[in-house]
Amino acid sequence: MSTHVEKDQVSGHETTGHEWDGIKELNTPLPSWWVYVFWATIVWSVGYWVVYPSWPTATSYLTGMFETTNRTQLHETMANVAAERAPYMERLAALDLDEIVNDSELLNFSMAGGKAVFAENCAPCHGTGGSGNPGFPSLQDDDWLWGGTLEAVNETVHVGVRWDANEDTRFNDMPAFGRDEILEREDINDVVQYVLAFTGRETDKAAANRGAGVFADNCASCHGEDAKGVQELGAPNLTDAIWLYGGDAATITETVNNSRGGVMPAWGGRLDEETIKMLTVYVHSLGGGQ
Amino acid sequence: MAMPHLQQPDPAHPLPQNDTLPEDDRDQPLYKTRDKVYPKRVSGYFRNLKWFALITLLAIYWIVPWLRWDRGASAPDQAVLIDMDMGRAYFFFIEIWPQEVYYITGLLILAAIGLFLATSLFGRIWCGYGCPQTVWTDLFMLVERHIQGDRNARMRLDKSPWTFEKIWKIGATHLSWLVIAAATGGAFVLYFNDAPKVIADIFTGHASLGVYVTIAFLTFSTYLLAGWAREQVCTYMCPWPRFQSAMLDDESMIVTYEGWRGEPRGPIKRKNLVRGEVPEVGHCIDCYACFNVCPTGIDIRDGLQMECIGCGLCIDACNEMMDKVGFPRDLVRFDSVQNSQLRAHGKATNIRILRPRTIFYSVILVLVASVMAFGLLNRTTLEVNVLRDRNPIFVTLSDGDVRNGYTLKVLNKEQAAKTYILQIEGLDASDFQVIGLTPNQDGTFSLDVAPDRVGSFRVFVAANPETLNSESTPFEFSVTDPEDNVRETYDTVFAGPK
Repeated sequence: MSTHVEKDQVSGHETTGHEWDGIKELNTPLPSWWVYVFWATIVWSVGYWVVYPSWPTATSYLTGMFETTNRTQLHETMANVAAERAPYMERLAALDLDEIVNDSELLNFSMAGGKAVFAENCAPCHGTGGSGNPGFPSLQDDDWLWGGTLEAVNETVHVGVRWDANEDTRFNDMPAFGRDEILEREDINDVVQYVLAFTGRETDKAAANRGAGVFADNCASCHGEDAKGVQELGAPNLTDAIWLYGGDAATITETVNNSRGGVMPAWGGRLDEETIKMLTVYVHSLGGGQ
Repeated sequence: MAMPHLQQPDPAHPLPQNDTLPEDDRDQPLYKTRDKVYPKRVSGYFRNLKWFALITLLAIYWIVPWLRWDRGASAPDQAVLIDMDMGRAYFFFIEIWPQEVYYITGLLILAAIGLFLATSLFGRIWCGYGCPQTVWTDLFMLVERHIQGDRNARMRLDKSPWTFEKIWKIGATHLSWLVIAAATGGAFVLYFNDAPKVIADIFTGHASLGVYVTIAFLTFSTYLLAGWAREQVCTYMCPWPRFQSAMLDDESMIVTYEGWRGEPRGPIKRKNLVRGEVPEVGHCIDCYACFNVCPTGIDIRDGLQMECIGCGLCIDACNEMMDKVGFPRDLVRFDSVQNSQLRAHGKATNIRILRPRTIFYSVILVLVASVMAFGLLNRTTLEVNVLRDRNPIFVTLSDGDVRNGYTLKVLNKEQAAKTYILQIEGLDASDFQVIGLTPNQDGTFSLDVAPDRVGSFRVFVAANPETLNSESTPFEFSVTDPEDNVRETYDTVFAGPK
């Protein structure tokens, strides 16, 4: 290897010895300012190790002079937020739901807080803004399976629906009249026509008339003689315009055949009391609160 | 034409090396180094005008935030205030909400056209007298002159070695500049905060980080631009000098050197004067007084130049000399190019203010000002915005009716609490309710909105789908202020099933 380093005459820089078609590659040094910045960053990094968490140790890590980490910063930020909210939270804890709704300041606070909690926990099933999905009730309408008063909503959020882990959970169990062979096929057809007649949509008047007896014997105990539902039992009103799973003949037949049993988790214990109160106030305000 | 052949390197005749390049192409700096300007002290009519502008403008800048204006308990009492936190801008009796920011646009248009008009009439008087760069540079030069002395003393000081005197004088100058710069930055934040409170906060360390950063930035920029950059801002940074010539014509009043009278220039022989002989030379005695006082370091005798800021200090300097040597004044004068030529031929001069150009600018100016004044005078004190729920578009109720949800924003721009009457028009509604409010006897609602605030209301409207003609039925919300008989409506739609 040649030890002679050729110098380029025009620029005064050394060449690398690489040559293509008579063009020689220059070994142009980095601009000095660039090199100084490079060294400065190395010096800076040493200071950084001292101030911030850096090197791992066998069991832990160097925490840095001020023990400032993203994690402690997050905790501080969260603590600050909690401190700012504390006066409201204390009042939320102390007051009844009715009192909260009548205090415009707390109402606003709960609406804003409840909206955020709803988006995090409830929206996946009930839809953003509580607009509902097939099988998951809309919380904006005025039809409630388990009651739409502040207390009833608060209770439902606490205990859930058909949530086995909670002893007090809202529970009912509609028989699967077809699958379990409680009713004959014809009876089911008749009772479906009878149910459709509540909203004036029956197609077979004779069948509907025959279905009245079937309804009285099998359905009225929960849904009521007038079929307007019983909220204590969570039995839906069959005479209104709102159908959770669908109100056409085929879907109602499917419901009678196989039953339905939606599940909602119990949020008591998962969310604290104040948060559930905010959630209740928010849900109640969506348009259907009773 | 044949394609030129690429020249192959010829070992016998190598390409020219650095030392064989022509003299002009070698060691040419890429940037012109600045020739430092040492403006000399001058006195006279234009200097007095400039002092007057300086004192007036600086006084306005530093005093205005302290003026008070009573707006009642619901708004700040600072006469001129841009309240970022609350989203309000106050200017004496005018209050602007963020959505009315187009008034600021109007102001900027007025400022631009006003600048065009002033330039076509009087040349660059904005540059010479009104521009903050000129005002603060003038102030900094005043300080500099007080500490370091006049032109010659400053030039000597710069050339002298670093003695105690030089360190003291230069240090004191820069320190004074920094103090003025800090006061400049400090006053700027007063326009965005309650002045007495923020001043106390600044000195006790309680002001926000934004306040300190703003002050630091403006201190630095003032110090840099007025202390160091000076005329370079006008020459290299500011776009205005580059296109000002588009506003000028032969009849614009500018600072001109009357070459016909001054040339041929030459030093005057005192003995000729004493003998009363008429000198063989022009009236310009080539004393460089005009050049020495120029804040941008140009020679006005070279004619109108881009660097000239039209301040007229050279006129004062020249007049002083003309008085001394006994020649007529105004060899450098503030006049139009046309008049200068007329005088050269011994004809009568005149100044025509009304020219197509100035009339055009004035008409636009009056037009824009009228539109703005009309807008301000007819500014609504009540505004209604409606946001319709889109998720879901409508809700079916148990009785088969459909319900739409709306969020109503009622903007009360008055400094008084208001109760508005809300009703819906153009829809056969089966239900109409505002969350948290009980309806009046006639089915309307009373909306209470605090002074100078936005009231937000959740509104639900229901209708029987049978009564709806289409899936989207237009109707309007009507909000009335019964006291002032002001009514605002908002057109929206009611959505239903297909």
